[in-house]
Amino acid sequence: MSSTGNGGRALPWALVTPALGWTLLFFVLPFIAMGFSSLTAHEGGGFTLTNYSQFFTNPSYWQAMVNSLEVTAIVTLVSVLLAYPFAWILAEQVPERWQRLALMLAVLPFWTSYVVRSYSWLLVLAQNGVINRALTGSGLITEPLQLANTRLATVTGFVHFFVMLLTLTIFANLKQLSPSYRKAAADLGAGPVRTFLHVVLPLTLPGIMVGAFLTFVLCIGDYITPQILGGNNELLMPQLVMMQIGRRGDFPLASALSIILMAVVTVAYLACARWLKIERA
Amino acid sequence: MSVKSASGNPLSILKRHLRAACAATALLLGAGSLAEAADLNALIWCDHSDPALLQPFEEANNVKVNVKEFEGTGAGLAIVEQSQPGDWDVMVIDSIDVPRGVEKGLFEPLPEDKLPFADLFPQVKMDGSTVVGGKRYGITEKFGYNTIGFNKTKVDPADMQSLASLTSDKYKGKVAIYDYYLPVIGMAALAIGKKTSELTEADLPALKEELLKMKANAKLVGEVTASQTALATGEVDILVGGGEWVTAGLAKENPALDFSIPKEGAVLWSQSLAMFKDSKNKDLALKFIQYIMSPEGQARLATSSCYWGMPANTKAALTDDQKKVLRFDEQPGFLARAQAYPAPNADLDKKMQDMWTEMLQAK
Repeated sequence: MSSTGNGGRALPWALVTPALGWTLLFFVLPFIAMGFSSLTAHEGGGFTLTNYSQFFTNPSYWQAMVNSLEVTAIVTLVSVLLAYPFAWILAEQVPERWQRLALMLAVLPFWTSYVVRSYSWLLVLAQNGVINRALTGSGLITEPLQLANTRLATVTGFVHFFVMLLTLTIFANLKQLSPSYRKAAADLGAGPVRTFLHVVLPLTLPGIMVGAFLTFVLCIGDYITPQILGGNNELLMPQLVMMQIGRRGDFPLASALSIILMAVVTVAYLACARWLKIERA
Repeated sequence: MSVKSASGNPLSILKRHLRAACAATALLLGAGSLAEAADLNALIWCDHSDPALLQPFEEANNVKVNVKEFEGTGAGLAIVEQSQPGDWDVMVIDSIDVPRGVEKGLFEPLPEDKLPFADLFPQVKMDGSTVVGGKRYGITEKFGYNTIGFNKTKVDPADMQSLASLTSDKYKGKVAIYDYYLPVIGMAALAIGKKTSELTEADLPALKEELLKMKANAKLVGEVTASQTALATGEVDILVGGGEWVTAGLAKENPALDFSIPKEGAVLWSQSLAMFKDSKNKDLALKFIQYIMSPEGQARLATSSCYWGMPANTKAALTDDQKKVLRFDEQPGFLARAQAYPAPNADLDKKMQDMWTEMLQAK
């Protein structure tokens, strides 16, 4: 009896140990190392809070965080607005037998290298790129538009990638939604718009929030897309972190900036979790 | 010096242990089979990973050269710090940064009598950096200029003979800036009549003003590939900080690309080879350095697929066409007008980088 009880308690631990070990090895330990590094001086070692104070006292560093948050908010919002109708069409309008193919097409962008995709967008948006050539060729404009090396270009590159990520999470949520909810709403006299606003949308909010959070995390920590498409005309946090490492090898400051970035992501997660009351689930 | 002073600090000790724990993984991922004693392990820039450069040495000596690329001296020195002594045999490093490696006790003095110092362009020996305490720790292998790269069919080549054109309204929105603060700050110094070797903190306001003027004219600030792509695709017509390393590699595809050394001068970049003090293959490391410095090695390195640059050895076995692209015959005149990279101390370096960050954020 008691051995069965012990076995019953040991089994869940045995099952969860690989995941815990993985998290410990690849998240907790590196995080602790980064934390220690962020509290040391670049020259000579020793405990210091200078790396953190620099962030709050240097307007350029602070501006990098503002830029990152602005870009991330825009990308997340635009991605949600584009992904929801796309996911809805996929779940509701595309026949079941074609959905598998449609999903495969949706994930195709993930098969392309991040760098290649960003450079492809650069060629599309450049002064001599596809869009400007089409616009000037058709006579709609006489001078090429400044599309590449702007925040617009960075947002475009990000949205291209994340809209599919969001589509998949929202699609999964829509497919799990029982048709009986909509039937019940219709029986009670609700039209399609009212059913969507009061039944479907609230029930798919978890999918939207999970996708939006993933978008937020991946976007705010990305270095490549703003580097290639933004033209360094404004600095985002990941670029600021990389700058500290290149020539000066200032790992303590880079660590402090990374931890600040991580704190922002944590706040975003807590806000998401609180709003959705995930802890109660 | 900094390593010694940090040795007793508990945070530093912990940091070192954590770094050591990560080192094995990093090395396995980056350098391949480091375990074989006959191999040569080289910490390099991308121009040294060209098979056309490495294969002849590997075949002649029946060895495998394991390479790990890095960008920026800080990143390179961090890799060394996270490795075990003896993991690396040779390193490519900015000539002005050789003293940083010597200060950390990393490098072995080079035997001057076994290397072709007499054949080098005298101006690129960089004794001020490569000789420390009377001993030579680095040998310049390749050099060039951070200057003005341009498309000669889109701009007036006469304008490109002055750095003032970079801030002129005539070329507003037609300019890209190479994203490395030291050489571009050096160019800003030349533009305001300062010597790169004499820059102090007092010069920062004037330098910042000049940089902001450049930024106001610029469409983008890009790293090597981005700035090269911008010039190649016609997104911009001028590249501030770009020289032969941008235009030479693209000369066949786009002969309109060129570079100038303006009347105010240009900033000389120079990369050196150094040997690690703890190398287990010092003979092989020396052979590698001798090969790279040989006329054949120099020609292959100068025309590496990653980027072209001037060989330090005047006897490099370049073809006439290659010499023409690199403007080999004009080097004496160019070198006479070139100034070295700014070599700030750690404090000024930090202030310069912060100034650069401010320039990037400027609208």
